[in-house]
Amino acid sequence: MSKKFTDDIIQLSHGDGGLKTSKLISGLILDHIGNKILNKLEDSAVLADINSKLAFTTDSFVVNPIFFPGGDIGKLSICGTINDLATTGCIPLALSLSFIIEEGFKIKDLKKILQSIKKVTDECKISIVTGDTKVVERGSADKLFINTSGIGAIGKNISISPSNIMKGDKIIINGGIAEHGISVINSRNNFNFSSDIISDCAPLHSLVQDMLKVSKNIHCLRDATRGGIATVLIELAKISNCRIDIYENKIPVKKEVLGICEFLGMDPLYIANEGKMIAFVRSDEANIVLEAMKKNKYGGESCIIGEVSKKGKNNLVLNTQLGTKRILDLLYSEQLPRIC
Amino acid sequence: MCLAIPAKILKITDNKALIESFGVKKEVDISLIPDAAKNDYVIVHAGFAIQTIEKEEALATHGYWKDWLDEENNQ
Amino acid sequence: MATGRTGWMKKIINDLKKSIDKNRPPNTINIMEVCGTHTMAISRSGLRQLLPDELNLISGPGCPVCVTSNRDIDHIIGIIRDYPVTLFTFGDMIRVPGTDSSLQLEKSRGKDVRICYSPMDAFDYAKKNPDREVVFIAIGFETTAPLTAVLIKRAYGEDLKNFHIFNTHKLVPPALELLLLDKEINIDAFLCPGHVSAIIGSIPYQFIADKYNIPCVISGFEPVDILESLDMILGQYNKGRASVQIQYDRVVKPEGNPTAAALIEEVFEPADSFWRGIGNLPLTGLKLRDRYMRFDAAVLFPVKTIDSKEPPGCKCGDVLKGILKPFECRLFARACTPENPVGPCMVSSEGSCAAYYKYERTKI
Repeated sequence: MSKKFTDDIIQLSHGDGGLKTSKLISGLILDHIGNKILNKLEDSAVLADINSKLAFTTDSFVVNPIFFPGGDIGKLSICGTINDLATTGCIPLALSLSFIIEEGFKIKDLKKILQSIKKVTDECKISIVTGDTKVVERGSADKLFINTSGIGAIGKNISISPSNIMKGDKIIINGGIAEHGISVINSRNNFNFSSDIISDCAPLHSLVQDMLKVSKNIHCLRDATRGGIATVLIELAKISNCRIDIYENKIPVKKEVLGICEFLGMDPLYIANEGKMIAFVRSDEANIVLEAMKKNKYGGESCIIGEVSKKGKNNLVLNTQLGTKRILDLLYSEQLPRIC
Repeated sequence: MCLAIPAKILKITDNKALIESFGVKKEVDISLIPDAAKNDYVIVHAGFAIQTIEKEEALATHGYWKDWLDEENNQ
Repeated sequence: MATGRTGWMKKIINDLKKSIDKNRPPNTINIMEVCGTHTMAISRSGLRQLLPDELNLISGPGCPVCVTSNRDIDHIIGIIRDYPVTLFTFGDMIRVPGTDSSLQLEKSRGKDVRICYSPMDAFDYAKKNPDREVVFIAIGFETTAPLTAVLIKRAYGEDLKNFHIFNTHKLVPPALELLLLDKEINIDAFLCPGHVSAIIGSIPYQFIADKYNIPCVISGFEPVDILESLDMILGQYNKGRASVQIQYDRVVKPEGNPTAAALIEEVFEPADSFWRGIGNLPLTGLKLRDRYMRFDAAVLFPVKTIDSKEPPGCKCGDVLKGILKPFECRLFARACTPENPVGPCMVSSEGSCAAYYKYERTKI
């Protein structure tokens, strides 16, 4: 039976390794996300024999605000790592979870975040097998920082990498862009735009598995997070030494996202996503993959947005609705609201 | 100098109006267009409505906003 | 779900393109896009690709960030260094280099610099935090000056003691008149700013057509608007008869917005103004009238005289006057890039150099 946790804020003593730490972990954390392995509270989790190539990734999450429409830092941290794993086509096996908590952080907020984490791990049928909690003095962290790492098993015949990208590949995305970034910008800055836009934060490994079931020619996968789809595609164009063409009239953007972008003078192509996967698929299989994506919970609005048009020239080219073309470059700094 | 977007006035309270554009609602200041009324279309710059929009013109000759205005009408 | 434009727009664009092609002048003509937002729109849409070579679009000084003097930026930085103020600014200003720093750099050094969408955010903050001195950087032309005027008048009426503005507002028509006197400049037509004109109307540009016989068209900001405006310019040019036409008539009335214009007049008066890269232009700026002088942060928060310097080799002035294209500046894309901007034309999102660098420097 877990020790009941009754404190209302995090204190430094919760991180000193003593009795209070033990109460925090057993009485609160395990109460929410505990499982057979994690409950052992060993220094290292021991996992069963895994007879395959492994994918391994890590990410840290410092989002502000920690609660935003459509999610919170907890959901973000699990989905972010699962999506990084998913880009290899692997089956996610296990996650680690580390907290750095600022002294004074409200327990009711920590509970909400733990519940959020549990909801996603349950949906994904994945366990957090090891973790860590530290508490720092007030002012040394912005409320809560999270680090997650993850490992996954890659099937024998699966090899997804930018090096596979070839001329003719079609580029598919699973839905509307810029929703996460806009919902965070709006809530962080008190701009007070009312809209239905919520973060698209979502775990996409099941989407990827559905795609792999119908095609062996998914050449590359990337989740388009910070910097938006433009940044991801520019980087891939460089890595694979290709020219990529995307079409303005094919890129899905919700009307309200466009609206807030118009108000603030921002370009949705460069705004963050947290539930969008970009896939490069051999052209003759693009449509079957697209149909499979549309049947998945997170792919209903999937569409083809462009193609790899040339090898040997690394550029991302936007074909505008006007019928003109322009090269998209990396931004040198974060986009900011402007009046001009 | 000139970033401004078209919006429709949903409600007026003193010198503030709740406007909507592309499905996004925001409260803006309408001190600069004292004759504005509910359901008017206005152009919004940095949180202030700076001019009313001639809707008939917009629909008839400058099709750019046609889609948007048609949508607003259908709601 | 893709919010694309429908087929009808393609037809309008094709028709306009054909008309422009048909009416192209025999020699190259220089059309100045006064407004920085037009520069952005033209570059972003790749509109130049649709135009015949004879139409040479040159960017003008209508980028308020680009023309804010180095001295003003240094003064603002001096204020936040020397006084415990909360500074509110539009995002456009945050990276503009002063002589040795920028607002972004000062922010990362711990100064209270906040980006706002509206000057109302600064005003509301000042009301909620009476113990904080608040300074709002009032930048922009006649589009934005009325907003500042509303808030100054309101602050006066409510006796708000902690709200101040750092005023750098400038005026478009008098600046255009002075540009036309400059022998180096060779302008055949003006694409006039749409939202400035929503406030001032079309009459203030009449002297350009009457005195100089130079066509003027007040344009909206969508590619269709700009194409239509260029078509209208050619219509005037080919007839040899200049006038001031309003293409953007869904928003711009000939009389403008008299309420807004009257408010500017009530709160401000014309004053000489220093345009970065161009120099001091008489009566092209606004200053607070005596009654409202107590809201002037430059007066309330004096700083030590700064030895403001322009970076050597910077040709922003010539670019702003339309004499030089961005790629004709020696520093462009070499020493001066968006990552390491030397002058304001590269920093501002609508500066000519930034627009060129971002959208047009590489041939596709």
